[in-house]
Amino acid sequence: MMQIILFADRRTYQFPALFRNPVFDEAGIRRGLLLAVFLFFSPSASGGDELNRHSDGPPAAQAASASDFQRDVAPILSQRCLSCHAEKARGGLSLHSRDSLLQGGDSGKVVIPGDAESSSLWQRITAASESEIRMPPEGPRLTKQQQDVIRKWIDSGAEWPGGFELKSPLAAAASHWSFQPIVRPNIPPTSGRNIVRNEIDSFVVSRLESEQLSSAPEADPLTLLRRVTLDLTGLPPAAEDVRSFMADHSESAYEHAVDRLLHSPAYGERWARPWLDLCHFADTDGYLTDQPRPVAWRYRQWLIEALNNDLPFDQMTIQQLAGDLLPDSGTDQLLATGFLRNTLSNREGGADLEEFRVEQIVDRTTMLGIGWMGLTVGCARCHDHKYDPVTQTEFFGLYAVLNQADEVNIDAPLPGEWSVSKEQAVVEYRRKRDELVEPVRKALEDLQRAWENRMLEAVAGPGVDPVWDRQWEVLGLVWGGHFGEGQLEGCEIVRTPWSKRSRDEYDRLQDYFLAHGSLIDSAAFSSLKLDALAKQLSELRTAVLWPTRAPAMREARVPRVVNRHVRGDFRVPAETVTAHFPAWLAPSADQSLVLNRLDLAKWLVSPEHPLTARVAVNRMWQGFFGRGIVDPSDDFGLRGQPPSHPELLDWLASEFIRCGWSVRKMHKLIVMSATYRQSSAYRPELRSIDPDNRLLARQVPLRFTADQVRDAALAVSGLLTKRIGGPSVFPPQPESVAKEGYSNVWKTSEGPDRYRRSLYTWVQRLSPYAHHVTFDAPPTNSVCTGRTRTNSPLQALTLLNDPVFFEAAQALARQILAEDAADDLVRVQSLMLRTLGRSPVGGEAAILESYLMQQRSIMAESPGEVRRLISASSESHSTDATPDKSSITAGTEVTTEVTDADRELASWTSLCSVILNLHEFITRD
Amino acid sequence: MTPVQQNRRRFLSSGGCGLGAIALSQLLADDGFAASSPVRSELASDTSSAMARHHFPPRAKNVIFIFMSGGPSHVDLFDPKPELIRLHGQPVPEEFLKTLADPVIRGDARCFGSPRKFTQYGESGMAFSDYLPSLGACADELCMIRSMYTTSSNHDPGQLLMQCGSVLFGHPCMGSWVTWGLGSESKNLPGFVVLLSNSGEGVDAGTALWSNGFLPSNYRGVTFRSQGDPILHLSNPAGVSQRLQRDRLDAVGQMNRERLAQTADPEINARIEAYELAWRMQMAAPELIDFRQETEATRQLYGLNDETTRPFGANCLLARRMVERGVRFVQLYHSTWDDHSDLNNHLKKNTSMTDLPAAGLIKDLSQRGLLDETLVIWGGEFGRTPMHEIRRGTTPGKEGRDHHPFGFTILLAGGGVKSGFVLGRTDELGYHAVEDRVHVHDLQATILHCLGLDHTQLTYRHHGRDFRLTDVAGNVVHKIL
Repeated sequence: MMQIILFADRRTYQFPALFRNPVFDEAGIRRGLLLAVFLFFSPSASGGDELNRHSDGPPAAQAASASDFQRDVAPILSQRCLSCHAEKARGGLSLHSRDSLLQGGDSGKVVIPGDAESSSLWQRITAASESEIRMPPEGPRLTKQQQDVIRKWIDSGAEWPGGFELKSPLAAAASHWSFQPIVRPNIPPTSGRNIVRNEIDSFVVSRLESEQLSSAPEADPLTLLRRVTLDLTGLPPAAEDVRSFMADHSESAYEHAVDRLLHSPAYGERWARPWLDLCHFADTDGYLTDQPRPVAWRYRQWLIEALNNDLPFDQMTIQQLAGDLLPDSGTDQLLATGFLRNTLSNREGGADLEEFRVEQIVDRTTMLGIGWMGLTVGCARCHDHKYDPVTQTEFFGLYAVLNQADEVNIDAPLPGEWSVSKEQAVVEYRRKRDELVEPVRKALEDLQRAWENRMLEAVAGPGVDPVWDRQWEVLGLVWGGHFGEGQLEGCEIVRTPWSKRSRDEYDRLQDYFLAHGSLIDSAAFSSLKLDALAKQLSELRTAVLWPTRAPAMREARVPRVVNRHVRGDFRVPAETVTAHFPAWLAPSADQSLVLNRLDLAKWLVSPEHPLTARVAVNRMWQGFFGRGIVDPSDDFGLRGQPPSHPELLDWLASEFIRCGWSVRKMHKLIVMSATYRQSSAYRPELRSIDPDNRLLARQVPLRFTADQVRDAALAVSGLLTKRIGGPSVFPPQPESVAKEGYSNVWKTSEGPDRYRRSLYTWVQRLSPYAHHVTFDAPPTNSVCTGRTRTNSPLQALTLLNDPVFFEAAQALARQILAEDAADDLVRVQSLMLRTLGRSPVGGEAAILESYLMQQRSIMAESPGEVRRLISASSESHSTDATPDKSSITAGTEVTTEVTDADRELASWTSLCSVILNLHEFITRD
Repeated sequence: MTPVQQNRRRFLSSGGCGLGAIALSQLLADDGFAASSPVRSELASDTSSAMARHHFPPRAKNVIFIFMSGGPSHVDLFDPKPELIRLHGQPVPEEFLKTLADPVIRGDARCFGSPRKFTQYGESGMAFSDYLPSLGACADELCMIRSMYTTSSNHDPGQLLMQCGSVLFGHPCMGSWVTWGLGSESKNLPGFVVLLSNSGEGVDAGTALWSNGFLPSNYRGVTFRSQGDPILHLSNPAGVSQRLQRDRLDAVGQMNRERLAQTADPEINARIEAYELAWRMQMAAPELIDFRQETEATRQLYGLNDETTRPFGANCLLARRMVERGVRFVQLYHSTWDDHSDLNNHLKKNTSMTDLPAAGLIKDLSQRGLLDETLVIWGGEFGRTPMHEIRRGTTPGKEGRDHHPFGFTILLAGGGVKSGFVLGRTDELGYHAVEDRVHVHDLQATILHCLGLDHTQLTYRHHGRDFRLTDVAGNVVHKIL
């Protein structure tokens, strides 16, 4: 639909001008807004059946429409025809103007006005999929509706407004909204009839009022508290927080709560999640062997701390992409580069090392494009981008920057872990090592040099000697496997001159050579007794308490020459490409210098960059409203959707930069707005006007993310372990889940680690934690900017039957029964407060009490039910036993005596389980 | 277009945050089949709404993909090569190797003539190795493609390419695409089911092979497990009887309806539906896996009375019972055929386990009139080299073969493909597919075609691009239709 902007004659619409011109008259606003509405509701760029959704659009949109050609025909031509038939004029045909349309192409006229059936344009767009004359030649056929539009248009004379010209996507890109500089818009006036608490509301309310709509009233305070607590910390409010909030009658009670939440440690945990989705964090390599990366969590730890310290977004960007290149780089900045270490590593025998290294760089380039710029630059890996002005050479310009980064692990002691004595132990280790090596050093080094040379020769001329090809391959496949070390680090050390190797690198490669290098001269290996030496050195190494390591990046010692890959195939290099950034977006550092990651990161966060701030605030918005102002949030290009509130987006972007890129300040700004604080109650009257709530005339209920579903159950039942950070854990899940992958083992954690927040759950890429998958966690192979939310019976089965949730119900029941309460109603009220953050209303208390009574009478008659209900726990996970027959048929009665307390616990467990299964329990309203 | 479909499309075309209420589930597909009876004859009354999503009339309604993971050896099972036997022990002639860029498959190995004996079966004279007598006996029901080729020689990418159309994980698999495109015909079973019959060791590419990728998670394959619950968390929590479970569901329903009355949030309705469906799944699954109603003849057909054939046979029977009950797509795994060494013995073992039940499935489907509407596929991610494995030695009698992407064989049956028909051939060594070559993407295009789907039109917008199963390739293999 963006193409409407693309071809729009600006003298008519002035739409793009709206973004740039800080001062515009009321009529201009209205015209622009109407068009924006229209744009939003007009058919999506995918060219699907959505065309007939015109009738869904608001009446205002239809009023704003121009001629049929502009509204209906031009989008189809622009989407499906003009990339070949405008400036390029394939087959001599250009469809950019009426004259060129009527003139036709090399094969003659294409349109006979008034006679669609005889027009070759019509014949081609309706030809069978397999027909040679079909147009467009690629992609889906035009829909029936689109074909009808074209037919009617031709039959009625192929009208085309005088002087109106279309442009190809490329030409149109020059005026694309998101590529224009961010200019802080003026705050629009509002009528005063709707609540305006800050600037955000002015934009939203002014828009609503222009549609003759009103905001929703503010949500009731308890709903609001639960909402903001979930949004800022990912957890439901604790009962005591609800009570103290209810007791605070001051004007600023809400703001107090917001400030408390923004500074709680859980805030960093909650907001780490979108970053982890973006870099597709995992604890394993991916691919066949999917080996563990036991120190991957160090990046997550850094991230949580950075967010809790409100590290400004520009600094986050620079440190994560190029922390190692900062002049004052320390361990913290190196830890930040762990962001880039979440690409996959293929360690399967036979895998081409370079092929999969290239995939990593492509993955990082794609992630950078989508994550910071909302641009699908990955499309330009194989060819110039079809819609956005990103050329393949520009893709490789960015690739060239990231291609200079190598994966390394560093010694990064945890706080309190390192000491002088431990450091001394390392010195001592090296001394003893020298003692052991010294007698054979000369001979050993000669052998190792020969071994390295054979491999380097093999790399230079692959295919000559398969045995040495294989030696090199093995070095790349096994180096640091199971430890999450940089896979190709060993290869890079071999490429490094001996004099440039660090002591640690020297030692580690020597160890590797002793273990794998006997092929060079097995006779010498045995005469020098190198096997025995290897054993001694290995024992020596394991005796030392080494500092905890961490994944990081380092600039390559030997710069790599980058060639464009023909059709994206790394085996077919074309011309050399130097590192550069798309200059049409923002001026970059002196292009005559060799640009590196630090230049790239600084370019992204320069105030002149039109995309970074817009993309970042849009994703924040998505976190609070379920959808971005631009939605989906991963495409700000020509085929993406236009913003629902363009001025608001730009104001937020400029405000973000103005406040020093403080994420926490922006979060506060958003949650303090009246827009955010509106009730999410469904408004049937808006159903036909604004079915997707793009105008923000209410808040929206959002189902919890996978993390939140489990965290909430653990939190309300008191099971949650609140420790922040640390290595990943293995909460209980059926054994068979891990077994679906190749030789994966899930060793269930013991004690409090069973109940950590889901953020800390081990991410095994090939057999992910089942609960996460059921609740829509994204695959960990590529950048993800927003999660989907489905509603499935498998989710119901999980909440009903997963022992984790049933154990939570038992624990919750114990807590409720431990309370000093006068009667059932008081307990029911307390239960509701703990779980839903509110008191029962309507018939709820009656339903719950009656269910409780029913359960009591069952428990009174069936001691067996009681016994089983109070003894079951998540331990039953570990065995994966065949389904308990007693759960299929009515249970066989166990005659052991049960107490009244047991019966109460069983009855309340049932009741608590009901609450944990409610739609509301997993929904943030 | 009905409002429901319109909404569905809107949901499906939006990335990021979706509307769960609208895309409740493949399980709630609006195909309108009676929930109470699982019998096909009663189900078959209504196909009109499903038809609305086809691009053209389908030949098949369901798919059972028997995925022989690891790479079964075509030259020992389906593709007899006298020339290879003649050259046994000699280097591979130069002309076969000159096109190779693959680092693994190098030219210093020797030709390895198959020790197997081949027999021609049926009217078509289709050749099968003596390890596959039962499939051979079905020759006239089968379509054999001897000219398959692929573009990856590693398991993980090769399997991903076969199931998901891409060597990188994160793309939706065929079953997800199909159920997304066509919905399900079952109201109490998932539309896309995965059966694992390997013994302990997982499938190489793991759950990525039945992943929904970027499609909504409702379209992920639901694993039926041989251990524990057939569907994850299908049985009640330990200690909860069926009576308590129903009471619990009723209370949850009452409370959700109370909330619905307060807020009018349509998503709550979807949640209520999902819980009822979960209950129906709990009720239906035990019936599905209960084979007591099957006759002795059927049990024998699938080899259920024999320890060797029972595990795979039980899954084959389960697959039939599933398609009978409207499950759209069944992936049935057997691993592993990755015979780098001791190939002859390993093949014997794998074929002993699978030959009889796979043939039994085809016969049974045919007898029941289900084969016409069910497309069965038998095959792995690639074939095996006509030469010895070079990495692990060539101890006489213990030879193996390496991965081989340039030519291999798969079988198809039913679903509107020709029967008693062989397509294509490999060269004299079984090295390259040389005639009527069929790439993995072509096979996928053909499978979708059989289901009434145009592979170029079944697209989903993700990261700013319209993705499809066949990437930017694939041609329907019309010769087998």
